[in-house]
Amino acid sequence: MLLIFLKRVLAAIPVLIIVASLTFFLVRLAPGGPFDSDRAVSDEVLINLQEAYNLNAPLSEQYFDYMSGVIVGDFGPSFRYPGRGVSEMIFTGLPVTLELALYSILIAVLVGIFSGVLAALKRNTLLDFIPMAIAMIGICVPTFLMGPLLVLIFGINLEILPVSGWGNLPGDKLLPSITLGFAYAAYIARLSRGGMLEILGQDFIRTARAKGLSERVVVTKHAMQGGLIPVVSFLGPAVAGLLAGSFVVETIFQIPGLGRFYVEAAFNRDYTMILGTTIFFSSMIVFFNLLSDMAVMFLNPRARD
Amino acid sequence: MENNSSLWSDAYRRLIQNKAAMIGGIVLVVLILCAIFAPLIAPYSYSYQDLNLGASKPSWDHLLGTDVMGRDLLSRILYGARISLMVGFVATSVALVIGVSWGIVAGYFGGRIDSVMMRIVDVLYGLPFIIFIILLMVIFGRNLWLLFGAIGAVEWLTMARIVRGQVIGLKNQEFVLAAQAMGVSNFMMFRKHLFPNILGPIAVYATLTIPQVMLLESFLSFLGLGIQPPMSSWGTLIKDGVESMEEYSWLLIYPGLTFTITLFALNFFGDGLRDALDPKTSSD
Repeated sequence: MLLIFLKRVLAAIPVLIIVASLTFFLVRLAPGGPFDSDRAVSDEVLINLQEAYNLNAPLSEQYFDYMSGVIVGDFGPSFRYPGRGVSEMIFTGLPVTLELALYSILIAVLVGIFSGVLAALKRNTLLDFIPMAIAMIGICVPTFLMGPLLVLIFGINLEILPVSGWGNLPGDKLLPSITLGFAYAAYIARLSRGGMLEILGQDFIRTARAKGLSERVVVTKHAMQGGLIPVVSFLGPAVAGLLAGSFVVETIFQIPGLGRFYVEAAFNRDYTMILGTTIFFSSMIVFFNLLSDMAVMFLNPRARD
Repeated sequence: MENNSSLWSDAYRRLIQNKAAMIGGIVLVVLILCAIFAPLIAPYSYSYQDLNLGASKPSWDHLLGTDVMGRDLLSRILYGARISLMVGFVATSVALVIGVSWGIVAGYFGGRIDSVMMRIVDVLYGLPFIIFIILLMVIFGRNLWLLFGAIGAVEWLTMARIVRGQVIGLKNQEFVLAAQAMGVSNFMMFRKHLFPNILGPIAVYATLTIPQVMLLESFLSFLGLGIQPPMSSWGTLIKDGVESMEEYSWLLIYPGLTFTITLFALNFFGDGLRDALDPKTSSD
């Protein structure tokens, strides 16, 4: 177990190096420098700026400078916000985004597993059809439509929840979390229904029932451990989706999180910021994929080969 | 598998019986026709502005109302269908070409070639592609063809895995061995013997990729990184709708509804196709 874990960690390192290098060179390939769109600056100022950000050094030197900075967690200065480091900005936005992601994943897991398991147990009844129909809506209505629609209904027409912000007004965390969590609740509901149906048909469940265990014990102790493996393996990749979703949700609800910083950086062509956030996001995604793979191995002895 | 015609006719029968899939299919055909004939059907040009009118509620002149610049919403949705569906089909085709070739080669040759090729796929799987597409759009400008290519280049990975699995299952069957014994070239082997036999799963997966691709495109357009005005995809229209939804809610609701119905139709049709072509693997 530990050995597999170490192997996977080692395998993740080259991936991260590739991501960082690819991003670095892509950004340097970009036509136009980061200071082009500013109000016209004199040549002298431009040279000084380039000097200050070390843009005149040979590319290889810049590359090694940057990479050695990244290893110790220094992503360099922001091009757009002079005097602020990219790392500093990442760590201002990160807690907000993590909190949003945590609430969303909680909503997704609780609602998703509950309705999925229920649907599997009450197969072909209304308790199966209605949650699955809602899940289909969750899959087909994209986040960037769901968010504004929820705002329109609960924020503007009913006026019961704030339409934007994060942590300023009571209840303003509710709509963003639901918006982001809904689609994942839908996927999780479908996955857990499918997984449970497969497990519930197996012999060991019949044995458990035959020896007189209560339905509650059969479901919670025996069926769910195996039936929810697909959900666990979905959670890793879901983090990647959640991050992308946070770009949209943070933009819609004007939440000062990492996702919004990233989108802003993309618009402002703040290259160091883009570079830093990309590397940071990638590491997070790789890390969570690893985590969910390990969890699957832990739950399913057959996956440990 | 050898009896190809009966596989397809069986599948066809199963598909016809699946009501959700058929409704989805009909909706799709109507949408595609609307998109193709948009210039003929659309009551106005997508860029025609009636600035005196401004944003107006749905009326007989403008069935779905007009936007802030007095442009007819129905026409814009019809023209948007062209972009959104085109992205869906073109990017999926890009993904298909790469994924199928990659999967066939890896699966057929096996051994070291296979493990290297699939290792690459594994590594690429771990990359945050959405972020890379955003990066590409930022760096190289918001170019329609770049968008197609970038999205297609992301979605081929699963295709490659599916095709590889299928080819491994096929390559030890008698007809492949017989063809090998007759000295068929690799290319002909792929084209004549392997490809036709994995068409089913490819068709299924392609149909299910299209909605994902369309979602990705509209996601980018929503962030302002996709299609640029005056052209509009459904994602751009939804973005515009969001900006003015407080006063003019129809600008959000109609494009949103169209997009959602399309995604429903594609998903139902894709699921139906999967159940019809491959009854065994139809999970969830």
